[in-house]
This record gives sequence, C-alpha cells and structure tokens, in this order.
Amino acid sequence: MAKAIMQLDGLSCPSCMQKIQGALAQQKGVSDVKVLFNASKVKANFDEQVTTADALAEVVDRLGYSVLSLKVKQPQ
Amino acid sequence: MMKFERYIQQHTNQLTLATGLLIILGFISQFSGIGILKTISFIVASLLAATPIVIRAYEALRVKVISIELLVSIAVIGAFVIGEFDESAIVTFLFLFGSFLEEKTLAKTRHSIKALTEMAPTTAAVLQADGTTVETDVDDVEVGDHVLVKTGAQVPVDGVIASGDGYLNESSVTGEAKLVHKGAAAEVFSGTILDNGTLQIEATKVGDDTTFAKIIELVEEAQDTKSTAEKFIDRFATYYTPAVLVIALIVGLISRDFKLAITVLVLGCPGALVIGAPVSNVAGIGNGAKNGVLIKGGEVVDTFAKVDTLVFDKTGTLTEGKTAVTAVENEAADPQRVLALVAKVESASDHPLARAVVAYVDQQQIAFQQLTVTASNTIKGQGIAAIVDQQHVLVGNEKLLAAHHVTLNDTQKATLHQQQQAGSSTVIVAVEQQVQLIMGIADVIRPEVKGALAALKRQGIQHLVMLTGDNALTAQDVADQLGIEEVHANLLPEEKVEQVKALQAQGRKVAFIGDGINDSPSIATADIGIAMGGGTDVAVETSDIVLMRSSFGELRHAYGLAKKTVANLRENIILAIGTVVFLLIGLVFGYIYMASGMFVHEASILVVIFNAMRLIRFHTK
Repeated sequence: MAKAIMQLDGLSCPSCMQKIQGALAQQKGVSDVKVLFNASKVKANFDEQVTTADALAEVVDRLGYSVLSLKVKQPQ
Repeated sequence: MMKFERYIQQHTNQLTLATGLLIILGFISQFSGIGILKTISFIVASLLAATPIVIRAYEALRVKVISIELLVSIAVIGAFVIGEFDESAIVTFLFLFGSFLEEKTLAKTRHSIKALTEMAPTTAAVLQADGTTVETDVDDVEVGDHVLVKTGAQVPVDGVIASGDGYLNESSVTGEAKLVHKGAAAEVFSGTILDNGTLQIEATKVGDDTTFAKIIELVEEAQDTKSTAEKFIDRFATYYTPAVLVIALIVGLISRDFKLAITVLVLGCPGALVIGAPVSNVAGIGNGAKNGVLIKGGEVVDTFAKVDTLVFDKTGTLTEGKTAVTAVENEAADPQRVLALVAKVESASDHPLARAVVAYVDQQQIAFQQLTVTASNTIKGQGIAAIVDQQHVLVGNEKLLAAHHVTLNDTQKATLHQQQQAGSSTVIVAVEQQVQLIMGIADVIRPEVKGALAALKRQGIQHLVMLTGDNALTAQDVADQLGIEEVHANLLPEEKVEQVKALQAQGRKVAFIGDGINDSPSIATADIGIAMGGGTDVAVETSDIVLMRSSFGELRHAYGLAKKTVANLRENIILAIGTVVFLLIGLVFGYIYMASGMFVHEASILVVIFNAMRLIRFHTK
C-alpha cells in the first residue's frame, strides 16, 4: 500500500469534499480516503498493483479540482 | 464535454459578474418600460449562472451525493419553466455570488495554517563529494546527506551540525523568538532560519519526518478532526438535503402549488448549519497555532472547554526543573569574600548542589578564579574540606561540621530546620571553624505560575492538583506557595495515572499538564493531555494540546480560547437554526419568496463566517 497526497486549490464547499471522497473510494485498489477540507488536501492509500497515483489525480482533476502537487509515500 | 465543464468551473467568477450586470440591465429595462429587453436579460442571466450550478449538481449525483446544488438546480429550472425569469436569474446569481464570498472569507479563517505551511522549506543545498552543492527538493534529500546552510537561509532538514556555527531563529518550531547560538554537534530543526553564520548539517530526518513537517501535519489534521457536534451535523446534512427534496415534492403534491414547492427547495438549503460549526473550530485552532498552542481538533476544543480540574506535574512544569540557591542566611562579616571561597571550592565539583552554588556566585558577579586551593578533600555524603588562600574552608552538611568539631548554635539550627521544612537542600559554610553561611538550595518555582493559576481559576477552573515523584515536604511547600489545593507526593508514573483516574471517578473533567516524556501515561489517561516542551516528538504525539513555548500564558490562552470557540460555535448553530425558522415563518405568512429566501440564506452563511472570524483576533486578557 502506498499513500498518495494531493494538494488541491482551496476547497470551499463541504459537498466538494463528499464528491472527491466518494469518487476516489469507488476506484479499484483504493482504501482509506481522507479529504482535509481546510488544508485542501487529499490523502489516499492505494494498491500499486492495481492503480497509480497519477490515475487518482486524474479522477480528482476530472471532478473539476486542479491538483497542484502530487506526492507518493512508500510504506516504510 | 469535459473541456466545457472545466472551462465553466474555471470561469465561474466571470460568469457571476456577467450575471450580476445582466440583472442590473434587466431592472433598468424594466423601469424604462422596455419589456422585451428585460425578459431577454433575465433569461440570459439565468442560463449563464445556472450552468456551473447544474454541472456541479450533476458531478455530485454521479458519485451518488445529493448536493445543495441539486436543490437549487431543480428550483431554478422549475422557475424557468413557469416563466419566472427574474426569480431564476436572481436566485442563481445570489447562489454563485454567495459561494464566491464564502470562499474569500473562508480563506481568511484558514490563513494561519496557510502561513505555517508556506514557511516550510522546499529545497536543500546538498554537498557533493567534490565539494560543490546541488539544489535538491527536500523530499529527495537522504538521511546522512550533508547540506549547506548560509546566512539568511532556512534549515531544510532536521539534523546535527557537522561543522560551522551560527545564530538560529527557531521560532517556527519552539515558538521562542530569541536567537540561539549553535555549534558543532548541536541539533537543528527544519523550518528554522539561520540568522547569521554558515552551517554544514548532517541530515537525521528529512521531508515529512521532520519535526516541522509533523507540526504542520498535526495542525492540518486537527482542523479537520471533527467534534461530536460537527459529526452529528454532517450526518444530519446528509439526510437533510434529500429530505428537503421529498418535502418539496409532498408540499407540491398536496398544495398543487408549483411555485411553493420550488420555493421550499431554495429555503431548505442547509447552508449556515453545515458551515457554522467547522468554521468556528478552524478559526479557533488557527488562532491557537498562531499563538504557540497546538490543539488537536474540534473534539479537543469541546472537551477542554468543559475541564474543571487541572493536574500538574511538579518538576519541570510548575518548577524550572533545575536547582538554584533560594535562601542565604549570612553570619559572615565579609560575605563577598566567603562566597568567593565557597565558589572556588565548589567549582571543582560536579555535584548539582555545587553547581547551583557556583551559578549563584557567578550571578552576584563575585570573582573567585584568582584564589588558590592548596588542599581539597571531598568526603562522600558530607561535603568538602579545603584550604583556600591559607584559610580552612568547610562546605557541606551537619555531619561534615561535626566531624571537624564545629557546632551550630540554636539560631543556626533553627534556620537549618526552617529551610529543610521548606523542602530545600542545605549547604553550611564554615571558615576557620566559624559558621559563616547557611544556603538553601531548591528547585525554583517558575515566576509566572502563581499569577497564571489564579487567573485560570477566574477563567473557570475549580480544582488544582499537583502530582510529583518528589518528597512530601518539598511538594507541600511548592503547593502552599502556589495555592494548589491537593497534593500527592512520592508517586511513580503509574501511580500518577491512578490519581488521575481517581479524580475522574469523582466526576471531574481532568486536564493533565506535564513535560510530555515520563508523564505520557497520565497525559494519555486524562480527558485532556497537555504537553509542555515544544519540539519533542513524544510531546507532539501523545498529547491533545501542545504548548510550544511551555509557558503558562499559553495554557491560559488555550483554556480561554477553547471556551470562546465553543461559545462561538453555539452562537453559529443558534444563528443557523434561527434563520431556518425565520424563513419558514416568512414562507407561511407569504413574505418570503425564492429570491429573498436565497438572499437571507446566503446572508446567514456570511454572518456565521464573520462571527467565526472574530476568533482569529481573540486574546486572553
């Protein structure tokens, strides 16, 4: 399991949060999605065998939120 | 299609502006009697403003979320269909403009965190084998790499100084604004600024593992850790929005009044209620972060506001944690000379009492280095007998004096007893068989504590407790000086936990304040664990609240802030519910229609945000 951390443009409505949360949780290989509303960050654990961090950023991007930066943390 | 959506999302603000202008044009045409221009203006405005709202509603629906946008979309389309173009234009415009203002004002409440993250270093100058440096992203620096930091630059990693020295501004990590001088082998932290000097640092922690990165992560997570009240509102909102849809449908079916049904949709938007509670917490926690108080989430704010009992660890929390001379009983004709003799004798010793004495004499600016010691004999468990400048000097306890046939008179004995009663260790000094000084040495109470405890009581704390591993005599003395009601001494860390549990069993809400390392079990057991001693990992991780500067001013601020934030949150919930009630009454009596309903709705959202913004400037008096 790797962890993708995305920094988004400011989120302003709580429903944006639900949208991102819902959309990412539906992706295969993704577990434990956390959207930090105030920090405008998304953290998601994903299985590298199934999907990639770039694919997840693409999903968020398609919802209409630009991903400013994307970091991947490998498990230690 | 995708591109179109993106374009609309990115140009929502321009759309809002265009809609606003068209609405103004519409009203002008209305008053000048050009009916057709008015209708066209409102139709175009409705279409423009509705587009981004409908897109958002659709996107949410795709992930099975019934959003506020959906309610507004249905209402607006409904109004459009029955030809109420002015209503649909104004409602959509107000909705977009409201969102725009919310975004701007929310950014203000989040500013403290943003400022913190922007302080994080981004690149490091990593030294290569050939002596050159390469600018590297902080995430790509490896542990063990050497990085070069020059005057004015930020330390990019946690590490130890390999070579060089300089003055560092560590306020981003410790909250302390004073410059500190650090040289080889000293620890330095990422995010601190080298004010002067050049350092070569060996990285021990990099990227997200640095103390600074952890502080940022903590605050970020804290702002989104919801309190029970918030979670309830969230759950409520999830069902509330679909419920409004159903209610509108029922109202429409029963009354056969289409306009009434779509009005219900607009009025039912759960705006202020959803935003009211989180915005208070965000502003409150942000204020804390700015003032050296890290509060881990809304739940902590909520619980801390209810705390009525403060339990303190003594050493290092109420006291400085280092011994110092606190009392000097002088019988010497020339005390300066005697102090110089004592300091000379003690300066050769590593004993904590000896060090306290030397520090005291240093503080008095008495020179003693020029004296010569011709003989010095340390007697274990007694003290030192020495010959300094041809004078016989005894520094130690009663046993040492007895062994050298020096006796104390009754007054001296009384003084000794009194100092021991006060919990001090005592050092007696005799020169040429005459008792000259009796010094009391104790752990010093931090000067600001007494006033701060009294102030905390005024703020609403009912009971103060001190737990310590120290002896009962010392403990009682410190407690008496500070006005602490309950004292338990001679405790092991696990016995402190028992005491905390006992207080909780009495029905008290307990906050434990300790230095974060040996007190970790108590910090975890108490309702609220507060760590003094910023910058250490253990403190940051085990506690609910971290006081970065370890000061009692911060403790008072934290408590005041928690109470204020909870009060603010309540005000916001009352405002939000009040608005809904007001709108419903207005609707029943026919004063409120779609556009005015949307106006009140958006206004209430701004009111709760502005109310929360008052917290940003909160100060503890």
